Amino acid sequence: MRMGFIIMLAVGMLVGGLVWEGKDRPLHIQTVEASDWMTRTVTACDRRKTVIVEGARPDLPLPPAKAQQVAALLQDLMRFCTAEVHARLTTQEEIFLSVNGLPYQRYVMGQDPPLVLVHGKPHSPREMQIWAAEYKNMVEEGNKLFHDSTLGKNGISCDMCHPNASNTHPETYPKFQTQLKSMALLRDMINWCLENPLEGAKLTDNDPKMKAIEAYILDQRKGVAIEAGKH
Amino acid sequence: MTRGDKQRADHEQQRQRLLQQLRNCDRRTFLSLAGRYAAMTVATGVVAPHSFQLVEFVYAATPETKPEVAFRLAYISDTHLFSKGMTHRFAKAALTAVEDVNALDPQPDFVLFGGDLAQLGQADELALGQQILKEVKAPLKVMVGEHDWYFDLGEKWRELFGQPTYSWDHKGVHFVVLNSVVEKDFWTAKGMTPMQRMVTVAGLDNARQSRFEVGAEQRNWLAKDLAKVDKKTPLVVFSHSPLYKYYRDWNFWTDDAEDVQKLLFPFAKVTVIHGHTHQLLTNRIKNISFHGMLSTAWPWPYAPSGLPKLTIQMDRTDPFDQFDGCGNGTIDVRKDGPVNKNYALWSRNPLTVAYDTISASKAAAKGPSY
Repeated sequence: MRMGFIIMLAVGMLVGGLVWEGKDRPLHIQTVEASDWMTRTVTACDRRKTVIVEGARPDLPLPPAKAQQVAALLQDLMRFCTAEVHARLTTQEEIFLSVNGLPYQRYVMGQDPPLVLVHGKPHSPREMQIWAAEYKNMVEEGNKLFHDSTLGKNGISCDMCHPNASNTHPETYPKFQTQLKSMALLRDMINWCLENPLEGAKLTDNDPKMKAIEAYILDQRKGVAIEAGKH
Repeated sequence: MTRGDKQRADHEQQRQRLLQQLRNCDRRTFLSLAGRYAAMTVATGVVAPHSFQLVEFVYAATPETKPEVAFRLAYISDTHLFSKGMTHRFAKAALTAVEDVNALDPQPDFVLFGGDLAQLGQADELALGQQILKEVKAPLKVMVGEHDWYFDLGEKWRELFGQPTYSWDHKGVHFVVLNSVVEKDFWTAKGMTPMQRMVTVAGLDNARQSRFEVGAEQRNWLAKDLAKVDKKTPLVVFSHSPLYKYYRDWNFWTDDAEDVQKLLFPFAKVTVIHGHTHQLLTNRIKNISFHGMLSTAWPWPYAPSGLPKLTIQMDRTDPFDQFDGCGNGTIDVRKDGPVNKNYALWSRNPLTVAYDTISASKAAAKGPSY
């Protein structure tokens, strides 16, 4: 993409030179003034968000006011997370966006982008807060159950063998659990532990307690390297 | 004879026969014998603890250099008994350990109990523990663990077993028992009941409690106690938590470990034997060798970081076998002072961590992650 702009620039300079020549002005590429057809591109640190500033010389720093505007736009584009975004900032201060190679669409900074670009609204901070709180509630409920000896009947609780859900390896399920002589999901192994070391009753698959315990285990093990073992 | 005993006796017998053949053998014969030993291990149907047999073989192949053992101790640790009587699975496991040490021939000079006799420090849990430990034939020394202490801050435990900090001399070795599970008061400010305090300390993966320490009072006592001891006298220190810093988040930790170690550094031969971690654990800091004790109740997984590099890691235990990763063990005190630590794993081959191998300070191979 960047190479494309360099080629465009070269062609532009050539055409521009011809235009100047036509106006009886000397051909001095070095002292050329900024024109509408010149662009300067600025790429954000994630290398996925690029602003093409139209009418700016590529070989000189942007004027401070323009630079501020570009920085603000890049910051705004960060909510597209991992998407590849190209923004054209015109000399009339209009913004056109292309997300993941889709055609350019007019865009107003801070507002929702055209749906055609993002296939739906991006998550609002409020939504994300709600989801994070719900997630935390479920994991916290699982945390309590995991440390609760009343799940079983003999005083034993899950954390006594699995501090921080260690040695549970949820990522290895489904697997053939040799000791059970059948395929097992994580919940089957949880139930086995409830019935055997804890000497309690097993939970049904839809029991919110079962779901919460699974949520806690998965939360604790997130990001832990997968390493298959014998047990 | 218990199941574990039988298995160990069979194993010992086969092993002794093999060791006979090992005398004067060359490298090739040695390797072939090692192979046969591995096959024998598979045939007995027990899980090999690790690739440790070969290390044992190197040691055993030169019996003439094996320093003589002066005397043997045994240990039982971390029984975590509930108030549910003799039929609870942990009580049965503790009784198995007692049978094991009672079956030792010759009998150990004494048996150390490594702490965490009770699960939640209840009077009837501790009384049940005392009743089980009364069955031990050899003289008994008892150490305290945090599970014994934080319901009534040691009141019942002291009534049953006396003071938690003491020392004595035995056959030229100075023994010390510490209470290393002292915690700074975290409960008063939070308005916790005794049971809430106990349950908090009993948990591993909560950040609500303080870290273990020996504390200034006991360190002063230790300094005074050791002042009377000749620096050449071998020292064996028993502590419930490891007297070094392994993993803070699980309290596999003693906060003032460095201060305690400083008191031990002037002595030529020092061994620290600790409970609490429920796993094979070996460390060495300068002149101090550290050994973990097995639990009879359940094994802990290794912590995500901080594992001492000398540790030969136990493979992941089989959750379907209550006894896997559990056991008891013995401590052979050599005539020259250091000790060899024997792990009598109930469902695996016995394993010895010899002083000669740890003093060579070679890092063990990395084990599986937990």
